[in-house]
Amino acid sequence: MQQRDSLGYTLMAAAVLCVVCSLAVSAAAVALRPIQEANEKLDQQKNILDAAGLAIGEYGKVAGELEPERIKELYGWVSEKMVSLESGTYDVDANPDTWKLMDAMSNPATSIAITDPEFDPGEERRPETMKVFFVKRPGSDSIQQVVLPIYGKGLWGTLYGYLALKSDLKTIQGITFYQHKETPGLGGEVDNPRWKAQWDGVHLYDEDGNPAANVFKGPAPTDNVYAVDGLSGATITCRGVTNLVRYWAGDDAYGPFLTQLKSEMKESEQSDG
Amino acid sequence: MAKKSMDVLVDPLVDNNPIALQILGICSALAVTTKMETSLVMSLAVIAVCGFSNLAVSAIRHFIPGSIRIIVQMTVIASMVIVVDQVLKAFFYDISKQLSVFVGLIITNCIVMGRAEGFAMKNKPGISFLDGIGNGLGYGLVLMFVAAFREFFGSGSLFGVELMVLDRNGGWYNPNNLMLLPPSAFFLIGLLIWIIRAFKTDQIESA
Repeated sequence: MQQRDSLGYTLMAAAVLCVVCSLAVSAAAVALRPIQEANEKLDQQKNILDAAGLAIGEYGKVAGELEPERIKELYGWVSEKMVSLESGTYDVDANPDTWKLMDAMSNPATSIAITDPEFDPGEERRPETMKVFFVKRPGSDSIQQVVLPIYGKGLWGTLYGYLALKSDLKTIQGITFYQHKETPGLGGEVDNPRWKAQWDGVHLYDEDGNPAANVFKGPAPTDNVYAVDGLSGATITCRGVTNLVRYWAGDDAYGPFLTQLKSEMKESEQSDG
Repeated sequence: MAKKSMDVLVDPLVDNNPIALQILGICSALAVTTKMETSLVMSLAVIAVCGFSNLAVSAIRHFIPGSIRIIVQMTVIASMVIVVDQVLKAFFYDISKQLSVFVGLIITNCIVMGRAEGFAMKNKPGISFLDGIGNGLGYGLVLMFVAAFREFFGSGSLFGVELMVLDRNGGWYNPNNLMLLPPSAFFLIGLLIWIIRAFKTDQIESA
């Protein structure tokens, strides 16, 4: 007993414990990493498919209820490209497979500060390049939808999601959030499929080309083509969603890319015709 | 001995419930009880951590230097929690996303630490393991009780199965938003303690 409280023994016991515990923790982390990464990838793909409305369109179910094989099959319609936001051009040097939003948005080397934006997403930085997704039906050359990663502050933290646009690049196809910290049942209702379904057909820009889509406070008037119903008890979340959608649609973010893409699509249409 | 292990396992369910009598672990009981599914996973996680950390602490209790015993317990518990968190991320991805930081916060759940220091340090591994499981179950029981009320009145469903169609989904039930916010768990736990003490009058502290 005397010996158990000696300094040497205490230090040794602490050292042994640290080694054993760290081995156990790293073994679990390393052994489970491949499964976790596969989960994460599948989750992203599900969200992209849901934003684009593909799972509902093809199978009448949200992607979360589909078999992993079906997800893989549907995701075969999706291609990924890196876009430099400021110029709106493709960044062919960047590798879309290794690019991660969370890394890119915080790293000073790959991101820029958001200063004085027209619509405030509540974030301090955004990546210089973003990974965007194009949906083309098998056997078709024309782009059906474009899916853009978006993020911005809600009430408790950042909402991360995808915004899908129809081929006119002015109308919203759908929106999903794959990660957020909003209160379940209140702000967390951004996950409600019924609410998300309202985004289909909402006009992203007003007649002057300014981002105008928004979450209304209360039920949206039926003649308002820019708005979806507000979520009750979630004013700050709704304001956050409005701001982040408008921010990413604006000239500070995807604006230049969408302009570029529009002329590109027009060209290919003409050459086809 | 057999009777004693049974006692150790069953006692914390009602008679010596860690939340209702000892008022420990309230923080996570408020945070994760909006839905029964997340509460169930959280309960299972706490049961596993509490049982195995008690087992581990008890197994090495003769080797733990007295001066650093709390730190040692903490390290053991923290390691268990990280392992549980990793397992959840690998096999219950959707639920682990909802539980987010709260799994990590099991480390600071006073029930786990309380049992390690109060029971496992003085008892054999087998019985300590049962004590951990029992206390985890007692915690889980309260969580499920609170979650059942909160999900039913806040979201009109139980385990995600819609029982009352909400007005925003085209039904008739206008949900009680208070039930979705953490303070409602305070009222529910308070009511639960009241009910338990109405039947178990020996739990009432002398004023």
